[in-house]
Amino acid sequence: MADLIDVDARPELPPSTARESLPAAAAQPFRDPALVAALVQAIRRDVEAYGRPVILMEVCGTHTVAISRSGIRDLLDGLVDLRSGPGCPVCVTAQADIDRMIALAALPGVTILTYGDMVRVPGTLGTLEAARAAGADVRVVYSALDAVALAAAGPFPEASRPAASGPGAAAGREFVFLGVGFETTAPGVCLAVDEARRLGLRNFVVFSAHKTIPAALRALLATAAPPSAASAGPRPPRVQGFILPGHVSAVIGRRAYDFLAADFGLPAAVTGFEPVDILVAVRELVRSVVRGAAPKVVNLYPRVVREDGNARAREAIDRVFEPCPAEWRGLGVIPESGLAFRPEWAGYDAASRFGQAAEEVLAKSPSTRAGGGDGPGGDGPLRGEDPRRGEGSGPRAGGGLIRKQAACRCGDVLRGEVLPTGCPLFARVCTPADPVGPCMVSSEGSCAAYYRYERRR
Amino acid sequence: MNPTSSAPRRITLAHGAGGRLTADLVREVFLKRLHNPHLATLSDSAIVPVPAPVAAGEIGAAASAARIALTTDGFVVTPLFFPGGDIGKLAVFGTVNDLAVAGAIPAYLTASFIIEEGLPVADLARVVDSMAAAAREARVVVVAGDTKVVERGSCDGLFIATAGVGHLHPHAVLGPAKVRPGDCLVLSGPVGLHGVAVLSGREGLTFETTVRSDCASVAGLTVPVLDKVGPAVRWMRDPTRGGLATVACELGEEAGVAVVLEEAAVPVPPDVRGACEMFGLDPLYLANEGKVLMVVAPDEAGTVVALLREAGQPGAAIVGSVEAAGAPSPAPAAAGPPLGPGAYLRTTFGGTKPLERLSGDQLPRIC
Repeated sequence: MADLIDVDARPELPPSTARESLPAAAAQPFRDPALVAALVQAIRRDVEAYGRPVILMEVCGTHTVAISRSGIRDLLDGLVDLRSGPGCPVCVTAQADIDRMIALAALPGVTILTYGDMVRVPGTLGTLEAARAAGADVRVVYSALDAVALAAAGPFPEASRPAASGPGAAAGREFVFLGVGFETTAPGVCLAVDEARRLGLRNFVVFSAHKTIPAALRALLATAAPPSAASAGPRPPRVQGFILPGHVSAVIGRRAYDFLAADFGLPAAVTGFEPVDILVAVRELVRSVVRGAAPKVVNLYPRVVREDGNARAREAIDRVFEPCPAEWRGLGVIPESGLAFRPEWAGYDAASRFGQAAEEVLAKSPSTRAGGGDGPGGDGPLRGEDPRRGEGSGPRAGGGLIRKQAACRCGDVLRGEVLPTGCPLFARVCTPADPVGPCMVSSEGSCAAYYRYERRR
Repeated sequence: MNPTSSAPRRITLAHGAGGRLTADLVREVFLKRLHNPHLATLSDSAIVPVPAPVAAGEIGAAASAARIALTTDGFVVTPLFFPGGDIGKLAVFGTVNDLAVAGAIPAYLTASFIIEEGLPVADLARVVDSMAAAAREARVVVVAGDTKVVERGSCDGLFIATAGVGHLHPHAVLGPAKVRPGDCLVLSGPVGLHGVAVLSGREGLTFETTVRSDCASVAGLTVPVLDKVGPAVRWMRDPTRGGLATVACELGEEAGVAVVLEEAAVPVPPDVRGACEMFGLDPLYLANEGKVLMVVAPDEAGTVVALLREAGQPGAAIVGSVEAAGAPSPAPAAAGPPLGPGAYLRTTFGGTKPLERLSGDQLPRIC
């Protein structure tokens, strides 16, 4: 079978005029089971020659879910050890930032506008969802431009809006959009603040928790222990190649990852999200590792990704943001890995507008952390009891929360050092209904993907 | 519930999503307090005896031989008007469908309106026009109603609560206990249309093509099937909130069997698939408002598919099967340990993945 199918051929996209509901396989060349089987066979041949599984890492939440949901992980069982890295924007948001977001929600007159996934992430002060149930104004939006439209329309929902309220004029509510995401969503936020400026809005700011991928990859590789170092206990696996995120790469381009090969000697492949996309990338990387070839960074998603990405998107990011240090769950503070508003955009920066007020809310609660990031293996230092125990501050309260958060291994999962199944809380204490850490909350988190698709009854 | 979790003290939106948290809430708060054998079945409609007098002048009901199906439902959809329908159409067909999948022929509806101060009367009239048209199409009559107005901000424009009653089809013998290993899952048509239509109706989401809700009565499907092959139909449900996957989970749990959906066989329209991929949603969990899933004896499954297609559903298909929980799977592709009770997805590549209820609403991904 493998001889008859050219595994290097790229399937053509089906004509977009097809409107009837076709069975899944026939309409989906990027999911063609025969092509999938042929690719797995090719991978198997290489790995058997190599003699042991190849270890690869993907750094994109969408890849994590696609790999689990499609069954690729099962197909490659014993051949490729597929690890997830810090690719889920919700998961890598630091505990301190989540606490600041919840503190902002507590401020009078503030409306929080956020992507849905952030709503259920537990900080030490509870969740945005619980804050909403207790009376905070927290609304889910699908994009930053939606958020601007809400700010422009005033505080009342469409159906019962009083007549003729001008842009941002109504009764003093201030709208804070929680800007979480990588280079994929940052350009959209730039368009949003452009629009806010054009409308002359004075009631709209963005809490920028945006992060950039290349710096995180460098930090991840820089902290990995070299093979010759003596160390106590099991060493985390050494990643031999990277599957690179299709959407981030559409913005930053293939060239942005050349350092992986040049500085770290690792092969990498930019690819899309269909099963065939992912398996073609795996096969390229496995072939490169097994044959000991000079490592290269290849673009296997040419239908979307260009050498230098999307120039307009990158210009927008550079115009509005500048690199800043950012705290990543599991990785600590990484220089130049976050995006902060440039001084001329301070009027739309939640940190300028509300930073002080949020810190005051945090300082009043005995649960406040005294700075510091999320070190390996957990969510930060122990702290005292949540004073709002039992008052709707979150799914849990009190000492139990502290013990659980200390045992949470989201940080290790995000560095690919441990599979979700390696966390003692996974599926026993930490479940999607009752999550301890963000990797279980986010629909693109590794733990959520494993919980939904990788468990056996 | 695990002993180390403390249950939330307030209701959150996730409790309304039809998944795990809703199920827990129903069990922990409602069933515990309102327990009776009818409610305990947790089916879409209750099949109850027509009340007969106990004794002259006394309160209470004796059971007569005749049985009716009784159901209630609430409609809080936003936006009120979406491609392919509106809250009124949804209210009528949603209630009719709850009766139909219980094996009943719907007859009467009631409708209670909770209206937000400030709603334009023209909008209300448009909704009621839509209900009237739907009622005519479904051959039911709205026989009682109620109206309340609440202050601005207390509800999203309009909420509608309904009740419905119908008489049981003579061939309908439905229930989880009737389900057998080897039974086929027959789905009346493609999934995800209502979920995507409502999503696209919300602010800011526009697609190149408009996906329209499939909001419709399924009584026109269930009644002919029960007429022709009634005894072969074991169980039916309409995959609304929570989608096909949630209904499969319910079936697996209620009947104690392994329900296996074949991914390649579940019809998903290309527009729905495109929207799902853009937003990171799973079509198996999206709401449908004009579809029915039937569990049918294997020798009549083909007949049921043909009947559904004749009744105007070209996309009707067998989408999976029931296997005994705990027995090794007979399908050669699915080697491995036997499946426990619940729902599973056999993927296009031959793997078998467990399907869980979602704990809250599906949320579009971020990037």
